[in-house]
Amino acid sequence: MIYQVSSTAIIIFIFFVLTVLGLSFFFARKTKSASGYYAAGGQIHWAVNGIAFAGDYLSAASFLGICGMIAFFGYDGFLYSIGYLAGWVVALFLVAEPLKRLGKYTFADALDAKFDSRAIKLTAAISTLVVSIFYLIPQMVGAGAIVTPLLGLPHWAGVVMVGAVVILIVATAGMTSTTYVQFIKGGLLIVFSLIVVILVLNKGIKLNPSADYHKPIVLAATLAESRVQAVADSSYHVLGQHEENGLTFVKMTKAGIDSWWKLNSISSTPELEETLTVVETGDGRTLYNGEPKEAGKFYQVGHVKKIVVNGREVEETGPIGPFKFIKTLGTSQIVRFTQKAFTFAGEKITIYFQNITAGSDIIKPGLYYKLDKGASIWSRLDFLSLMLALFLGTSALPHILIRYYTVPSQRAARKSTIVAISAIGFFYILTLFLGTGAMINGSIDLGSSNMSAPLLAKTFGITLFSIISAIAFATILGTVSGLIVASSGAVAHDLMDKYMKIKMTEKQKVQAGRIAAVGVGIVAIMLGILFEKQNVSFLVGLAFAIAASANLPAILMLLFWKRTTAKGISWAIVVGMMTSLILILLSPTLYEIYGLPAASAPMPLKNPGIISIPLGFLTLIVVSLMSKKQGAAPALEK
Amino acid sequence: MLHEPAVELGKDKSIPKKTRLGVVMFLIYMVVYSGFVVIGTMFPEALGVKFIGGQNLAFLYGMGLIVLAIVMGLIYNFFCTRLEDKLNKEEQS
Repeated sequence: MIYQVSSTAIIIFIFFVLTVLGLSFFFARKTKSASGYYAAGGQIHWAVNGIAFAGDYLSAASFLGICGMIAFFGYDGFLYSIGYLAGWVVALFLVAEPLKRLGKYTFADALDAKFDSRAIKLTAAISTLVVSIFYLIPQMVGAGAIVTPLLGLPHWAGVVMVGAVVILIVATAGMTSTTYVQFIKGGLLIVFSLIVVILVLNKGIKLNPSADYHKPIVLAATLAESRVQAVADSSYHVLGQHEENGLTFVKMTKAGIDSWWKLNSISSTPELEETLTVVETGDGRTLYNGEPKEAGKFYQVGHVKKIVVNGREVEETGPIGPFKFIKTLGTSQIVRFTQKAFTFAGEKITIYFQNITAGSDIIKPGLYYKLDKGASIWSRLDFLSLMLALFLGTSALPHILIRYYTVPSQRAARKSTIVAISAIGFFYILTLFLGTGAMINGSIDLGSSNMSAPLLAKTFGITLFSIISAIAFATILGTVSGLIVASSGAVAHDLMDKYMKIKMTEKQKVQAGRIAAVGVGIVAIMLGILFEKQNVSFLVGLAFAIAASANLPAILMLLFWKRTTAKGISWAIVVGMMTSLILILLSPTLYEIYGLPAASAPMPLKNPGIISIPLGFLTLIVVSLMSKKQGAAPALEK
Repeated sequence: MLHEPAVELGKDKSIPKKTRLGVVMFLIYMVVYSGFVVIGTMFPEALGVKFIGGQNLAFLYGMGLIVLAIVMGLIYNFFCTRLEDKLNKEEQS
């Protein structure tokens, strides 16, 4: 859909970017050493670091992706919130303090602390680059998606803008400026998300979300031999009819504008129900509800069909508490939209029609991950695989791990993780209300689930929309900065300095880091433009699965199994990384992207974690047992 | 600025006990988390069953996992800090 560009949004956006750049140039003067560049001199306060952790972690996938998925599929989106947070438990209880003790600047430093193995340096650096780049792509794609409605610019301009700002942030002051950008963004995201949730609860649940909300029209129809002949409104003329999976869709025209309707024959009187459509015509045009995109006819959707409070139907609840909100949703009926695609008279039709869903199904899993009705062994394994990858992925993300080196002590590392868990946990609780709030307040753009949270804010005024959109943009800036610091560390510190043993002074090390940051930033810009059409959440899930498969076995076994060897670690990284990548490339989701039937994919699972994570552990154990011990594994009790 | 003074990573006598505590707390959380995943996989209909205050199990369990992570984090920090203060003081004296 088309969004109106707001001058408030532009002012807020420019103000934020200038503040961030000012901060970077301020810290740049103080960044002279490699320690200052890669680890902010190890002098960040634990509370600042904790919120910066939240700013780093709550990426576009968390804010835009999860809220959007909840808005479309209810509780299934919230599974990501639960899994992403549970991953922090692994980080706190098992990884935070030992990693702080072992490392210097990067994740490879920690893994290699007791071995001095070139194989570990190389594989850990490559793994850092692969995971960070897979994580970077969706952030850059998200940047393009946000800038388009916010500033009215094309996708590529958004990607280039984020890339340029982030390169400036990272190349000037490295981890120090990155930390403060993430701190500001993390704080703003949580505060403003809370404000939106308070407004949602204060508004309560209403049958009609707003005065200008467009509820789909229903027309009585006349049938002859199962074909629609006419409708109650004589200004419409029937053009054709199409059957798809037992559903009947009817094409009509009015005043030269074509539209598609769904035939409901449940009642004794057949009815045609208005749908939303995207039609790719034979001459290459794309029409939204029969008109060009600019006409703005592809309206936002999402409303409640029936509200039941204490067994009684009401039109609205009035202001409502968080528990009552969820309870009332569970007893109501909500209108979601289902998508079907088919070809009709040479035109590619994508149709979205109403799907009245019981609230009790919204507040439990099953609308996206098939667990109950229509479940198969594979759909259940997919759910298991996702929950495993989310649980084990967080503590294996290199850009998160490097934040342990920015604080002065193990105690500070632990405390900052607890601040992070509290802040992130609180935000994830808010996502359930943001997502369901968007679902019932006409805040769903069926063309882009990522816009649900900003569009929900828009229902409370353009200023809040502008602030939330600017924060969403800042969210991407913060996460991308962290990823580029991690990647530049992998290139300049792990590969150039440690693996290739290129002799560099402190100043040259910082220079190398800056050049690497610019290089990685340019690669990120190119990939962000190339992957414009890809699904943001899917790519983040990919990064989690690769991190959990390649890095986690190495980290955990190094810390807790004394017979771990350097060969075991490097082989586990290679096998975990390659297996997860190959399984993803052969998965049904990727087959759909290749334009092949999903059912023909040789790998039936969408998420590879359940296979590749145990394989990573197994590889490490077998290779370690087979190889001669190279140096002592770090003893935890020293 | 909120910066603490730089601290050298000195010898910490509490590491073995903190490690054991971390492993025990991780195992407790993992069991609770696994419970949620197993119910979702094997008995999905149970997640729709209503419990306290008219809320279903999915909502209570999911929110509970988030709140539990925060509470366990605070408990872990409390005991770790006490162990560090006690054991490292004994070391110094």
